Amino acid sequence: MDNNYFVDSDKLSEAALKRKHELENCPEKRTDHMEYMEGMERINPEIREKVISQMNECDFSLYTARDVNAALNHDNCTVDDFKALLSPAAAPFLEKMARKASRETEKHFGNTVYLFTPVYIANYCENYCVYCGFNCYNDIRRMRLSMEQIEHEMKVISDSGIEEILILTGESRAKSSLEYIGEACRLAGKYFRMVGVEIYPVNTDEYRYLHECGVDYVTVFQETYDSDRYEQLHLMGHKRVFPYRFEAQERALMGGMRGVAFSALLGLSDFRKDALATGLHAYYLQRKYPHAEISLSCPRLRPIINNGEIDPLDVHEKQLCQILCAYRLFLPFAGITVSSRESESFRNGIVKIAATKVSAGVSTGVGDHESKYSGKKNSEAEGDEQFEINDGRSLDKMYKDMSDEGLQPVLNDYLYV
Amino acid sequence: MENNDKLILGGHEFNSRFILGSGKYSLKLIEAAVKYAGAEMITLAVRRTNSKENENILDYIPKGVTLLPNTSGARNADEAVRIARLARELGCGDFVKIEIMRDSKYLLPDNQETVRATEILAKEGFIVMPYMYPDLNTARDLVNAGAASVMPLASPIGSNKGLATKDFIQILIDEIELPIIVDAGIGRPSQACEAMEMGAAAVMSNTALATAGDIPVMAEAFRQAVEAGRKAYLAGPGRVISRGASASDPLTGFLHD
Repeated sequence: MDNNYFVDSDKLSEAALKRKHELENCPEKRTDHMEYMEGMERINPEIREKVISQMNECDFSLYTARDVNAALNHDNCTVDDFKALLSPAAAPFLEKMARKASRETEKHFGNTVYLFTPVYIANYCENYCVYCGFNCYNDIRRMRLSMEQIEHEMKVISDSGIEEILILTGESRAKSSLEYIGEACRLAGKYFRMVGVEIYPVNTDEYRYLHECGVDYVTVFQETYDSDRYEQLHLMGHKRVFPYRFEAQERALMGGMRGVAFSALLGLSDFRKDALATGLHAYYLQRKYPHAEISLSCPRLRPIINNGEIDPLDVHEKQLCQILCAYRLFLPFAGITVSSRESESFRNGIVKIAATKVSAGVSTGVGDHESKYSGKKNSEAEGDEQFEINDGRSLDKMYKDMSDEGLQPVLNDYLYV
Repeated sequence: MENNDKLILGGHEFNSRFILGSGKYSLKLIEAAVKYAGAEMITLAVRRTNSKENENILDYIPKGVTLLPNTSGARNADEAVRIARLARELGCGDFVKIEIMRDSKYLLPDNQETVRATEILAKEGFIVMPYMYPDLNTARDLVNAGAASVMPLASPIGSNKGLATKDFIQILIDEIELPIIVDAGIGRPSQACEAMEMGAAAVMSNTALATAGDIPVMAEAFRQAVEAGRKAYLAGPGRVISRGASASDPLTGFLHD
């Protein structure tokens, strides 16, 4: 069973449609996804090779209840324990895992939960990633905010009380240049205490430039660590280059960033292998760069505009919870973010087990915070969403709900030095 | 005896030898630490004050309590110095606890950078309380750098594992003239008591209180434990009856002239 990802818009020209079908149906028409494109920096591939080979060698069916029990009894979770906790054999141990994960979370983070919001400043994209609402063949309203519009968005968000912002764009260097993003980040520094980016991967010197613009955190989702599957889902554009994307976090750290975030998009491939690789990617990078603050996300596939059928397949809430508990036990010091892709009830529960950060007041559209926050109709155009969110709680509501759960919501615990 | 037994840090006198750490912060915790644990000094992470929501966090600190801003988030001496200066600008006073970590997994302090930051900040008139991994050479360097106390860790921060570095802390207590304040890893009142019995000048704890079922009751237990340990230390160590007791016939009884 797989999602049906291919949707043809009637607005595409004949030539575009032909190209789209070629990419979809003829693998030989696609570029080599393991080849770096011109201008893409190459760094030591050691971590990538280690993660991928360990992921490929792992056979989850070999783990038994005995291995899971042993993992739960260890003070420190080894790589092998992590595999056991991700295996099907761990499913009956979910409650035990959750209890242990909860203790670890409390030990490292107390009862705090961090709140933030993403802001999309542009949704132009040059890639054809078949599951994504922003993909270049999808017929959506495209938009790139001007600096004035960005400032307005930020003011609206800042007035709601948010202090940590994650700036996102679609992946188009042509439409959203690095300088454009850098300027937006400088602007964000006026309104927020902490600025992160989730944009197309760039080279080390470009990360350094963004750092100088006030950014300290970089999020890059690998989507899937199975490179063959990756090739089938990312049919065109720079995002198609698997190794360059994989090495983005390391380049970000080399460029002076304080922290990096990792994730697979669950539902694209074998979720256990993807979760294993995500954890190992973070683990080995932190070993190489011990000062790096690492965090993990765990998005599951969501419906997009023009394809409401996309779902995360076999990754149900129980599986997601198992993954998050395994992450927590393997990397007890790592931040774990659970986004508005998940439901209110799931997020209320998971913050007491493993998650340390949740988003609030979320829109994945462009330039629509004012209309979404106040209901006031926007006189200007708005860009369409990347995916449908599931939990639309405002910051105030989230703050209250987290407090009611006995947690301490924190809006900022960071200083740019 | 007790009334004259003050903890003196940078010329300031304190009656309490329990300091509240900053790891897991909440108003409830601050209240309990002051009211029930008797804390007169409270650590404050400068980065946590960098919040619009908490602009008035300084107002939450009860009168008469001394603020100890820390430099958590600093990865080297330069960053620690910048954070300390910011704390002073924010009106947090002259005390500063130096925390420098370049390890996000264990959050172990970087002794070398800590000495460097101590030297810079002490010259700028700060009352510097450096958090460190218990190493005698570093402690001596910190004394020379102008520290007001030395704060060795008992075990990894937040671990509640107690005095894992006991023998090394004892060496610091025996050899260093400055107050030795045991920080990080103290998970139970009994561990706090033991540190005080050993001769520590004070203990700092946060997680143990923050994660207790009943915070005020645990805070009170810490106050009593710290006081008991201090009294035991001041009373002078008695004969420790170990297994087999001590011989009643002196081994040197045969010596006649």
